[in-house]
Order: sequence, then C-alpha cells, then structure tokens
Amino acid sequence: MVTHTSTNTGGAVAPDGATAAAPRVQDPVISVSGLTKQYGEVQAVRGIEFEVARGETFGFLGPNGAGKTTTIKILCTLANATSGSARVAGHDAMTERDSVRRNIGLVFQDNTLDTYLTAEQNLRFHAELYGVPKAAVAPRMRQVMDMVGLWDRKDSLVSTYSGGMQRRLEIARGLLHAPRVLFLDEPTVGLDPQTRSSIWTYINELKSREDITIFLTTHYMDEAENCDRIAIIDHGKIVAIDTPEALKASVGKDRVQIQTADDPAAIAALAETFGIEAAMHEGAVTFSVAAGEQFVPRLFAEFSVPIRSVSVSRPSLDDVFMSYTGTTIRDAEASGTDAMRQMVQRFRSGRR
Amino acid sequence: MATQTTDATAAPDRGVLVDEIRVAVPGGGLRHDLRAAGIVWRRELIRFRTDRLRAITSLIQPVLFLFVLGTGLGALAGHSLPPGISFKTFIFPGVLAMSVLFTAIFSAASIVWDREFGFLREILVAPVSRASIVVGKCLGGATIATFQGVIFLALAGFADVPYNPVLILTLIGELLLLSFTLTAFGVMMAARIKQFQAFMALTQMLVMPLFFLSGALYPLTGLPAWLSVLTRLDPITYVVWPMRHAVFSHLDIPPEFQQHLSPGITWLGWPVPVALSLGIVAAMGVAMMGIAIAEFQKTE
Repeated sequence: MVTHTSTNTGGAVAPDGATAAAPRVQDPVISVSGLTKQYGEVQAVRGIEFEVARGETFGFLGPNGAGKTTTIKILCTLANATSGSARVAGHDAMTERDSVRRNIGLVFQDNTLDTYLTAEQNLRFHAELYGVPKAAVAPRMRQVMDMVGLWDRKDSLVSTYSGGMQRRLEIARGLLHAPRVLFLDEPTVGLDPQTRSSIWTYINELKSREDITIFLTTHYMDEAENCDRIAIIDHGKIVAIDTPEALKASVGKDRVQIQTADDPAAIAALAETFGIEAAMHEGAVTFSVAAGEQFVPRLFAEFSVPIRSVSVSRPSLDDVFMSYTGTTIRDAEASGTDAMRQMVQRFRSGRR
Repeated sequence: MATQTTDATAAPDRGVLVDEIRVAVPGGGLRHDLRAAGIVWRRELIRFRTDRLRAITSLIQPVLFLFVLGTGLGALAGHSLPPGISFKTFIFPGVLAMSVLFTAIFSAASIVWDREFGFLREILVAPVSRASIVVGKCLGGATIATFQGVIFLALAGFADVPYNPVLILTLIGELLLLSFTLTAFGVMMAARIKQFQAFMALTQMLVMPLFFLSGALYPLTGLPAWLSVLTRLDPITYVVWPMRHAVFSHLDIPPEFQQHLSPGITWLGWPVPVALSLGIVAAMGVAMMGIAIAEFQKTE
C-alpha cells in the first residue's frame, strides 16, 4: 500500500512517496480528492487524497502548520477549498454545508464553550441549535454527560471547570446530536499527561458504545497509536497512510542515538567506518541500523570518538515520521516556532 | 425514557445506547430556524440575568444625567419652563433613550467577545441559517436593553413624569424599537470588527455623538443651521422626539410651551409624523440586520 523506499533516516522523502497513494476503502464516510487550499501566497494544503471507512478512527499526524487544521476546517465546512473535493457523510462539504453539519460533531483545539453558562445550559443551547427532537433532549443530555462523567456537575458554571473537564464537556456536546463523524482537532493539546490519558479513555469508551467514525488530528506520536489508521502530513501533503503497525514495520530499523564529545567528528567517523549516514536530531547524533543492539558492541569496539551515552529504540511513529519527512516532529515544531518568532519580530519592528 | 438511560453505563454490548435514544436531527426548515433564533435569544436573557453588576452599572450613567445634570442645569433652564415642569421632566425621555444605548451595544459586543473566546465558532458551525442566529441575537439584545430601560423608567416619578399606563406602554414600545435598531447596528459592526477593544472604541466614538445630536438634552427649535441639519441626520433623533412627544402629551401644560419644548421634527418646514419617524428607525434596524446577515454568511 505504502510505497516507501527510503533507506536512511536522515535522507529526504522517498521520491515516489511524495504523495502517498490513497488506498480505497469500502463504504467511505469521508472521501477527499485533490484537495488544495491557498491562503494568499501560502499553500496550506497541496493536493491531498484519502478515504475514511465507517467506524474507523483515523488520525492526521503532523507538526503544527502542516495543514491539519486547514484540512479539518474544510471537512467541517468552515473553509472553502481552493480546488478539489471533499465529501463527508455522503454530502459535499462545499455545496451541502447544512447536511454535512447535521452529521458531524466537532471538538476544536481551543475552548468553544460559553463559560458564563452552566454545563447543562451549554448542552441545551447546542441541542436547540442542532434541532435535536424535544423529547430526546433531556435523556440524550444525561447520556452524553454520564459518558464523560460530568452529570453531577451539570449545574456548575463552565468557568469553574478544569481544562480537562471542559474538554470532556466539549466532547459530550459534540456527540449530543448523534453525529456520524466526530472531528477532534488536537483533542488533548494543552492538557497535562494524566488528563490526556483520561480523555483517551473516554474516546475509546465512546468508540465501543456509539456507531461513530472519528477523525482526529494530533502532533503527539503516542496518541496517534490509538488510531486504526494514520495519515502523516507534512508541508500540506500526505506522505504516508497506513495502520500504525504497518507504518512502523515499513521503517524496519532501530534508531540509535549517541552523545559524543565531538558530534561532527562522530558523524564523519560513522560514514567512514560503517558507511552510515547520521544527522543531528534532538541534540544527539542519530542514525538507523537494522538490529541496533548487535550494532552497539561493534560501535564501541571500532569507534574512535569518545561516546558518552547510547540509546537504541525500536521503530516508533517518531521514526516513521522521520523516515518520511527527514526530520523529527519535535524538530519540525521547533523550526516552526522559530519561524513564528521571526515573523512576530518582523511584525513588531515593522510597526515601530 | 429518561430513567432508562441512567444505567446505560452498565449496558454491555455495543450500540445499545444508540438504540435507546434515537436522535435524528431533522432536515432544517422554519421550525428549526425558529428554535435556533429562540435559543440565541434566550442565551442573552440568561447572561443578562446572571450579570446583575452590568444591570446596575449601566444604570449609573443615566441616573447621573437625570439627577445631577438635570438638577444642576435646571437652575439655568428654569426660566424657559412653565411652572410645575422641571428640567428633569424635559430631559427624562432623552435620558431614557440613553439608558438603553450601552446595554444594546454591549449585547452586540458579546459577538466580538464570543469570537475571541471561541463560542462563536460553536454557533457558526451549526446547521441553521445565519439569518436565524442574527435575528435571535438582535431580538435578544433588544429585549435585555429594553429591560434596562424599564428599570430606569421606574424612576419616572422622580422627574414628575406620570405613571400613566398608556404612556408607559408607548415608551416601552419605543424603547424596544430603539434597542432593536441599536443592537442591529452593533451586530453589523461586530460582523466586521474582530477585536474587542477596537469594537468598543469605535462604537463609543459613534454612540456618544449620536446621543448628543439626538436632541435628548435640548429642544430641536431655534438651533443654528449646522446643528439643525445634524440633528435631522441622526437616526436617534427619530425615536427621542416621539418619546418626548408621548411624555409631553400626558403632561398638563399650556400649548405654547408644548410647541416650544417638544417641537416636531421638520424636513424643510414639513413636519414629520410620529409614525414615519418611528418607521425610519425600524427600517434602519431591519436594513442593518440585513447587512449583518449577509456579512455572517461569508465563508473563509
């Protein structure tokens, strides 16, 4: 399915993997083809293609600014695509907005609750806005609030809720009108690790209870593992789509990171002695080899540069991301942040 | 049905919950739009009810105008007023109009606020027409601003304005119209202005001159030409005068004073009837609401 042929982790994207072929699925709930979005000069999405099957949990994985949020905005009818098509729950996201909206639930990465209302008032507002049949409002409200464990706090003002509770309430609200697809845009961003894992408990429970397709975006590798399938997106393009297991298997190599007294010398020595191409990632000399634990003794025996520490890891989604994009997600984020900082600086000096 | 769902958490097999409560969202239509407008309206009322501080602070300014400015200037203006009529009585209708100004604008400002804090997105992704949301918002703002006006109206006795039921109802009706138009104006501005500070600064900058030019604090006769023209261009004039007209027609004063203190609005000498005057305000409100709807229909 994925035509991934890259042989080293430091290398560029596989030539034929630049846009991964979109596998067709049976009975797709979401199907996207040739989608692009241009904001002025910036091309946020550059022709992406994928399908999501009914009942699937599909993850969009990529660093900030990769085009995840733009894609989700188009699917949720909040933005028009520049070209291409997107169908959600059997309706065109550009021309049949209301039909799409009736069938989707949304949880955005930032709060969209009215914190001056109680939890129940927030849900009632949503029910009326979505035209949930009057007789079903009260029982359904109770059901979704029970699901996220907030029923006993229904009369509290949302401003008294913690961040995790607010996110849970948003999920409950997104489900209130029984959507066929639930969109979660960075559902756990800004939450502490414990709360993050509790949110995932609720999402997994939800999957077992409701007949629902979940589309989520994340830049956390560990969260992407919860998905049935993942699309890796970078610079507005999908570079790979597959199950987490298959993606990891496609890397096939262990990642070794070493800390040395002289990193440039170490990189040169690796190339010279072992023919391995290494690069600096996350402050360590990083490279991939098959059977890493057998390689390490050789490394110590034959290497000239003093080594301070070594770590060997099995392929993770991090490595998958790295092998397809040539950078780790954290590095990609960091350079993104730098670019942002520069932009802000330019903006400020421009106004002075 | 409600009790059934309480032990839903114990339900072992997949899909049971979905069967228990069938939620089929209908395919739109007028009834759905009305429900949507209704809940947007109700949210304004809930927010107003829980925010008592706002109701009180909004009352301070008109109270200052009526009692401090009204009493202070009353000594000066006393000579041109008939016996038994104080300056407070004269400015009461104008200050009453003022009492709804800020509440109406502030209610529209909550759109900008909602945008900054994300709640607007929840509203804008709903499968309802944007028109129903804007209508609900305008009527909601009109309702709470009118409440605010009614609180001030309760002080009528202090300005020697009689609590005549016909007069009170007329004034409430006119307040409602004014509040609606002001909210529509605010919502129209909020559709475009995305920063809260900018919105507040701009509306304050517009609202105060509109208030001062409306003839709320002085009669429309004997003004220099430039001011006379400006008062007639100010939409608020067209609701302040009918309110003063209503108050003065319930006071027992000689007709020559009536004419002097509450002259009608004239266009090149032609007296504008009350109905037309109010009609202008209503038409402006509806037009601005229409612009707001068109603005909110745009997609990125």
